[in-house]
Amino acid sequence: MSEAILDICSVSKRFGDNLANDDISLSLGKGEIVALLGENGAGKTTLMSILFGHYVPDSGKVLVEGRELPPGKPRAAIRAGIGMVHQHFSLAPNLTVLENVMAGTERLWHFRSGTGAARRKLRGICQRFGLTVEPDARVGDLSVGEQQRVEILKALYNDAHILVLDEPTAVLTNLEAERLFSTLKDMAREGLSLIFISHKLDEVMAAADRTVVLRGGRKVAERLARETNKAELAELMVGRKVARPVREPSTPGEVVLDVADVSVSIDGVERLKSIDFSLRAGEILGIIGVSGNGQTTLAHLLSGTVRRDKGELLLFGEPIGDLTVDDAVRAGIGRIPEDRNKEGAIGEMAIWENAVLERLPRFSRYGLVDRPSGQAFAGQIIEAFDVRGGRPTTRTRLLSGGNMQKLILGRNLIDRPRILLAGQPTRGLDEGAVAAVHERLLEARRAGTAVLLISEDLEEVMALADRIQAIVNGRLSPPIAAEGASATKLGLMMAGEWNEEHEVSHAI
Amino acid sequence: MNAVIDIFASAGLWAAVLRIATPLILGTLGALLCERSGVLNLGIEGIMTFGAMIGWLTVYNGADLWTGILVAGLSGGIFGLLHAGLTVTLGLSQHVSGLGVTLFASSFSYYVFRLLVPVAGTPPTIEPFQPIDVPVLSSLPFLGPALFTQTPPTYAAILLALALGYVLFRTPLGLAIRMTGENPHAAEAQGINPMAVRYGSVVVGSALMGIGGAFLTLSAFNSFFPTMVQGRGWICIALVVFASWRPGRALVGALLFALFDGFQLRLQTRLSGVVPYQIFLMIPYLLSIAALALMARRARVPQALMQPYRRGER
Amino acid sequence: MRFERREHRSLALVIATPVLAILCALALAGLLIAIAGAPVMEAYWRILVGAFGSRLSATETLTRASPLILTGLAAAVAFRARLWNIGAEGQFYLGAIAVAAASSHLFGGLPSPLQIPLLLVVGAAAGIVLLLVPLWLRLRFSVDEVVTTLLLNFVAVLFVSMLIDGPLKDPMGFGWPQSQPVADAAVLPKLFARSRLHVGLMIALVLAVAVHLVQSRTVFGMQSRAAGLNPAGAVFAGVPLGRTLVTVACVSGGLAGLAGAIEVMGVQGYVTTDLSPGYGYSGIVVAMLANLHPLGVVLAALFTAVMFVGADGMSRSMGIPSYIADVTVALSLISMLTGVFFTQYRIRR
Repeated sequence: MSEAILDICSVSKRFGDNLANDDISLSLGKGEIVALLGENGAGKTTLMSILFGHYVPDSGKVLVEGRELPPGKPRAAIRAGIGMVHQHFSLAPNLTVLENVMAGTERLWHFRSGTGAARRKLRGICQRFGLTVEPDARVGDLSVGEQQRVEILKALYNDAHILVLDEPTAVLTNLEAERLFSTLKDMAREGLSLIFISHKLDEVMAAADRTVVLRGGRKVAERLARETNKAELAELMVGRKVARPVREPSTPGEVVLDVADVSVSIDGVERLKSIDFSLRAGEILGIIGVSGNGQTTLAHLLSGTVRRDKGELLLFGEPIGDLTVDDAVRAGIGRIPEDRNKEGAIGEMAIWENAVLERLPRFSRYGLVDRPSGQAFAGQIIEAFDVRGGRPTTRTRLLSGGNMQKLILGRNLIDRPRILLAGQPTRGLDEGAVAAVHERLLEARRAGTAVLLISEDLEEVMALADRIQAIVNGRLSPPIAAEGASATKLGLMMAGEWNEEHEVSHAI
Repeated sequence: MNAVIDIFASAGLWAAVLRIATPLILGTLGALLCERSGVLNLGIEGIMTFGAMIGWLTVYNGADLWTGILVAGLSGGIFGLLHAGLTVTLGLSQHVSGLGVTLFASSFSYYVFRLLVPVAGTPPTIEPFQPIDVPVLSSLPFLGPALFTQTPPTYAAILLALALGYVLFRTPLGLAIRMTGENPHAAEAQGINPMAVRYGSVVVGSALMGIGGAFLTLSAFNSFFPTMVQGRGWICIALVVFASWRPGRALVGALLFALFDGFQLRLQTRLSGVVPYQIFLMIPYLLSIAALALMARRARVPQALMQPYRRGER
Repeated sequence: MRFERREHRSLALVIATPVLAILCALALAGLLIAIAGAPVMEAYWRILVGAFGSRLSATETLTRASPLILTGLAAAVAFRARLWNIGAEGQFYLGAIAVAAASSHLFGGLPSPLQIPLLLVVGAAAGIVLLLVPLWLRLRFSVDEVVTTLLLNFVAVLFVSMLIDGPLKDPMGFGWPQSQPVADAAVLPKLFARSRLHVGLMIALVLAVAVHLVQSRTVFGMQSRAAGLNPAGAVFAGVPLGRTLVTVACVSGGLAGLAGAIEVMGVQGYVTTDLSPGYGYSGIVVAMLANLHPLGVVLAALFTAVMFVGADGMSRSMGIPSYIADVTVALSLISMLTGVFFTQYRIRR
């Protein structure tokens, strides 16, 4: 390894009572790929925000090629050659690729933009690293993978030689991710130095030369790729051996929900295209897929918030036409929304209000809300599902992500629903909370609930689901049994490669 | 029908169109600049009122007309600073802050005006801007009197629309403004300071609004009276949507709007007694509403409009 | 320097905020009075005397407060559901002219116990109609209702002006543009003899309590709050967004229309285009000062009425333009916004 091009020296940062970074040091060599591994809340993002000048550290410093970087100055970080590719893209969808790349790169008061030269430079970079994007395309019209390329191009255009990628594969298919990693390796070979942030062990093992593990705001370990293995990294990341609960075999019951040839359009775009599936009591059906392929619409359809264009929904064998939220709640469909903060709860309302809002008919008389029984209901949920950090009257926003998810699970599971719809139920939760959610889902399955699990997390689906279908661009693959599914096969399914004839024959 | 043709054939109509359009052009450009950076400025109505008052008062107290324009612009900028403080630094609701600025700026104008100008039967007047004949062009038949005998601020407003279009779409500064209005986080990540961009845009935009107001008292009329802005500010806000946030279209929109207005004014005099004049006066407002309904879904709204930006908060 | 969200807001702070905001606005207004060369403390004193100094002035203040409570409620109800109804001024005028028209042409012969409730309903209905137009535009074409309600204010006043200059013009009005007066049976009973204070105040107070109960106790109240705080979350929980907004618009527009109705039936008896000294716009300030709380609206409306009535008296005796009241009210809105911010955030370095 050559000498360090970047040194992060003893950086600490505190937010209120929370010590987000505690004396963290890290170095990066030229042409090296370092993975920053840790759970949510381990301090990865804070550390990178300090590196990039978004936060000022309480103590410690950052050296680039031996020179100290002034803290809290994003511009200085850019000038020193640090480029950041955020997990959530930071792009302006109404502007072109070129405009997105050029913004902020020229002297602000110059009386004319050097568009021509910029376009030539961008084309050059595209060619050198094999990142093809049309400079004059509107960013909003690009695919997710292309948008990520624009993010990387932005950094490279600024002559970055240190590139930080924050969970770069979160939105990519397996194939796209593999392609990204090979691009990253090419870039390292060309002399760039890379840090990528992840909590996925597979990709850390696959792509990094060296792995730095953060936990609870501290650096707990540093391993070269060839000296470690997944099991060790997992234990280091979590701090203890975590056993996710495992599914025991069972025999599913009768079909409770049948979706036949259903299509749904949102704002004129067809998001679900003639999908078919059926869900049985006592089983978990996993729907895997990369985000943005129609999962949200599928979840909304079964939650009762969108209307179908064609096809039939059969609930317990009866055609029900369009499902409304009231229908769903009354029929005993538990609904866990994929976006907790946006749909799952109204942060500024009290916990008890969030518990009863979707079942107001039960908690009201003559149009008056029955506050005492609503609060008692919330109390039961808090008790039974171990929701910590609030009483029924506490504002829901004050709960942590894990506890908010317990509240949402609780209000759905406390009445023993016959169907449970779980959209990305563990997204953004830490390992402990994930295990708790998994346990609840399996418990519901044991109790005979039919569970539809929509998830991007392959490991999760493989561990929990009895049968698996992939959703790609609004279409559903035929189901395959979880037993026969390998990661490779599922990866191909997520990329849209399934052989309809063959699969159908042995699916049921 | 003949009456309609007569109206359109008179050079007076077309001269009036440019005159009516000028405050709208200035106000719309100001609002557009604010919104391109992501800030809705409903202070516009009050800022225009204050600009009208202070511009007039400056000239009334002996300063020359351009000083009046300058003072109106500066005071508009100060109100813009207030609005930016509330919406950019504190990140408050842009709707309510803007209304607050409007209520304050307009009542403050009336207060200052009443305090400094004694009540009189007829409001005191100043000597307003005089039309300038553009050499050669003004002697063209019809077109000359129709288009090239305007007061200097009108020519300036038209040039300004072109200039703002150039700045927004051809310069690094303009790209920074548009980027901030679309996604301030992305702008920040590229080393642009979104706070500074928004402050700058709101202050300059508000200055334009102030100047737009001053045109009313320094060129279109020669005195100030309360309620003289008459919702022009709100019309400008509608015109921004109509123009899809593009200065060139804003210019066209304002002219089109003024054409309707000038036309109805003339039609009004011909049809007085037959149709109540109030019907004609309603037209501009109804037209604005119609324009909004027509364009609201089609227009490409700056994605971060009305979203406060706080560092590190998403 | 950065702002950090406060996790817990103390009740004391929430209550203290409007008081501080008003004090701050008064201090700034004092500065303006001082610049005008008048003794500040005396001006304050004269405002108080003007508003409360005599039985007459006290009843006058309450008379002013009555429509302000209603327009304040109109704004508070709407804003809570994030329906930006800035059109209370227009709804006020439409309510007023509808009442004048209905009383002089339709129900004029009916006895008071029948006519008054009928007219109140007519006034409210007129306000509702005017607000449903921008709401429809929002739901159908996604047009921002702020601008449309603002624009419709001008349309409404012109419409009223047209009517009182035409079909509804009072033939006995010496040529002035004013509407025919409401029937004698339509005049709201006075609360005290020899004052202008009428039962409209009681109506406003009862409605403030009613709105409070509806918002805090009913299914509709909870749903409209949810719709305002987080539309996506509300939809997920099964709140019918469109229907909730329509209901909110009916309450809001109805309250504003009612304000116009009681002003015609209780105070002036006929409609002119200067019937409202900006009650609709002041209602926005009242609602914000009350932090959108219906009972707080009553107090905020009282403050606003004190400023307007008091400043009238003060301006006559001290030569300070009475616009100082508008300035103070506007400043109190801005201070209130800033104050509310600091109850939610703290400054961090």
